[in-house]
Amino acid sequence: MSSSTFFSSSSINTIKSSCFTTENHSSIIPTSSFLGSTHKLRFNPLTANSPTRFIKNRQTHIVAVSDVKQKQLKSTPFVGNLLITKEEGLELYEDMILGRTFEDMCAQMYYRGKMFGFVHLYNGQEAVSTGFIKLLKQQDCVVSTYRDHVHALSKGVPAREVMSELFGKTTGCVRGQGGSMHMFSKEHNLIGGFAFIGEGIPIATGTAFTSKYNRDVLKQADCDHVTLAFFGDGTCNNGQFFECLNMAALWKLPIVFVVENNLWAIGMSHERATSDPEIWKKGPAFGMPGVHVDGMDVLKVREVAKEAVERARRGDGPTLIECETYRFRGHSLADPDELRDPSEKAHYAARDPITALKKYMIENKLANEGELKAIEKKIDELVEEAVEFADASPHPDRSQLLQNVFADPKGFGIGPDGRYRCEDPKFTQGTAHV
Amino acid sequence: MWGILRQKVVAGGGSPLVRIRPAVSALRSYSSAAKEMTVRDALNSALDEEMSADPKVFLMGEEVGEYQGAYKITKGLLDKYGPDRVLDTPITEAGFTGIGVGAAYYGLKPVVEFMTFNFSMQAIDHIINSAAKSNYMSAGQINVPIVFRGPNGAAAGVGAQHSHCYAAWYSSCPGLKVLTPYSSEDARGLLKAAIRDPDPVVFLENELLYGESFPVSAEVLDSSFCLPIGKAKIEREGKDVTITAFSKMVGFSLKAADILAKEGISAEVINLRSIRPLDRATINASVRKTNRLVTVEEGFPQHGIGAEICTSVVEESFGYLDAPVERISGADVPMPYAANLERLAVPQVEDIVRAAKRACYRSMPMAAAA
Repeated sequence: MSSSTFFSSSSINTIKSSCFTTENHSSIIPTSSFLGSTHKLRFNPLTANSPTRFIKNRQTHIVAVSDVKQKQLKSTPFVGNLLITKEEGLELYEDMILGRTFEDMCAQMYYRGKMFGFVHLYNGQEAVSTGFIKLLKQQDCVVSTYRDHVHALSKGVPAREVMSELFGKTTGCVRGQGGSMHMFSKEHNLIGGFAFIGEGIPIATGTAFTSKYNRDVLKQADCDHVTLAFFGDGTCNNGQFFECLNMAALWKLPIVFVVENNLWAIGMSHERATSDPEIWKKGPAFGMPGVHVDGMDVLKVREVAKEAVERARRGDGPTLIECETYRFRGHSLADPDELRDPSEKAHYAARDPITALKKYMIENKLANEGELKAIEKKIDELVEEAVEFADASPHPDRSQLLQNVFADPKGFGIGPDGRYRCEDPKFTQGTAHV
Repeated sequence: MWGILRQKVVAGGGSPLVRIRPAVSALRSYSSAAKEMTVRDALNSALDEEMSADPKVFLMGEEVGEYQGAYKITKGLLDKYGPDRVLDTPITEAGFTGIGVGAAYYGLKPVVEFMTFNFSMQAIDHIINSAAKSNYMSAGQINVPIVFRGPNGAAAGVGAQHSHCYAAWYSSCPGLKVLTPYSSEDARGLLKAAIRDPDPVVFLENELLYGESFPVSAEVLDSSFCLPIGKAKIEREGKDVTITAFSKMVGFSLKAADILAKEGISAEVINLRSIRPLDRATINASVRKTNRLVTVEEGFPQHGIGAEICTSVVEESFGYLDAPVERISGADVPMPYAANLERLAVPQVEDIVRAAKRACYRSMPMAAAA
């Protein structure tokens, strides 16, 4: 409990509001919405009177989001006051179950020797991945860290390809060249997989830059793809993080910076490493909204994510979102995980996002036990099949060692006739207009 | 007012700071040479033409826009292409290099300028880990058509932290291409090839060469002119000793070759142009012809370019060597500031001449090293 009091900013909870103004949604003044987590919220993921707050960047006008939702939703009686439909709920549930089952299978396979090297598992953080990535289109881009299996799965990379990659087989999503920490998929716009923390943040800023460049310079008016950058609490002390907050806000890039604050960087607790542990505050310092959200609750994450992604798509610039979450396992499978307090682990285990969503769906009659069990069974079979596929796949051929170092080894490009351009005697005839 | 001041400074020949110019400019008059062009203009025209031909090419770096480039290489490009394509960045090498790499992942073609390559050390994680290795790690799905360019190596009187040569650092990493132009023709051709290349290219220029003029033929001025990456150029043919060099040292080697010619030694000077991939074929063919080798570089000796060339020759042409390989490099110390010490720390023409004579067994016992 003690470690989470930072996030229950009691000073903000005591300020009550009187009304909600629609100017929040005009983009003249950047708004920052604050969905603070309090003790009450922790065990009841979504109740009608959850005290959530809305804070404008430069004014002290504060409003409760739940009041808004109730007013808006009351006009659509058939939806009730729920935040998701049944289909969405099942989709979210299935995605989180897939993440969890896959990671548990990874652990098993690792201890059986099928997987090796560094493997970092995502158990407990599924709400963040599902809550954000399920809102994206295929062209939107996700940039991750070494804890990237579940980001890959949520983005759409087939489980069998991810499992093969982990086994180091040639049918993996990067043909066994990358491994656990370097998952790339051009088709699904998953960019890494980076081993260095903070390395993915400038890359993500660059892909967001490309989106803006395509729109402004290359005149592709419908290019509105958004980038999500996922990284952890330890990364927020790294220089590259601040450099990119600055440039993203300066150039109003369509990016959402998602901090998966699981309170621990291997064995270094967040409080021991950070002068001001409230990461969401670093957003407004650079001119973008900073939001804190309960990352163990997929519905809350989804609400915040929706707004941030819409903001970016509209062209209003970046958002920094801090998700308070927790990893149930150690930093990696080689981590003995001795430094974390068992009571802290128990506290977060009780807030398991999958159990919470299940409870929500059953209580609100969105689904019954049988349907959810069917999903779990389906996913179990999918993951088993992925393992079998990976087992049966061949190891990479020896010739694969030297492939793909360069996109074009002769440094000149292959012409349309399939020959190297530099061998074409007509190559130096001018075509550029100066 | 600023514009006029700047033009005056540029007309005066170069960067706003005082520089010690090389004593004699390496002007060779070839018979058909009509025009002369400085390396600075060559780079500027190459960037201009590539940006005009492909709207995906854009520039980013410190002072590349309104300041017209710290060394005026990007002069006039902001006015021509606008701030969307010529980006003045904050002083955040790691950040903007990463942004460039991310944009390249997505199909744009950034040209990232480092004010000097010393500053690239703040961004070296992105050059090596995000750019060089990505094509391999993603099994060919994601290539990175980016160019990192800027002045490299020693300038004049700028001290230890601004004089480091990074040719050996970058050329040891698979996945990068490393180019080192010498003349205006090299600068134009190699920069255009680098921008069109689908892989990450580290383009190491030299600040002291920016103001030097070289003759250029009409072919070089053509807007499609490109030089192949990975091929060295034999600047001067000879039969007694091979001298390999890159960047500014090519000029020194040519002068040394002139001096040697007067003493009856005919030196073959190879302008490497491309450090990675290294043109081992040309070097070895030349050594097999002359049987003696002198490698010249400005950087530090240990694990340098000369070491790699020597090993390549020993591996492939050992039987052809008539003398041990002579290696000329900068002194194994951080660059001192005092002008006379700096002169001692960097190879001079006399050092190259002495080394060539040693290789030809025509020298006196060696003078004491510094």
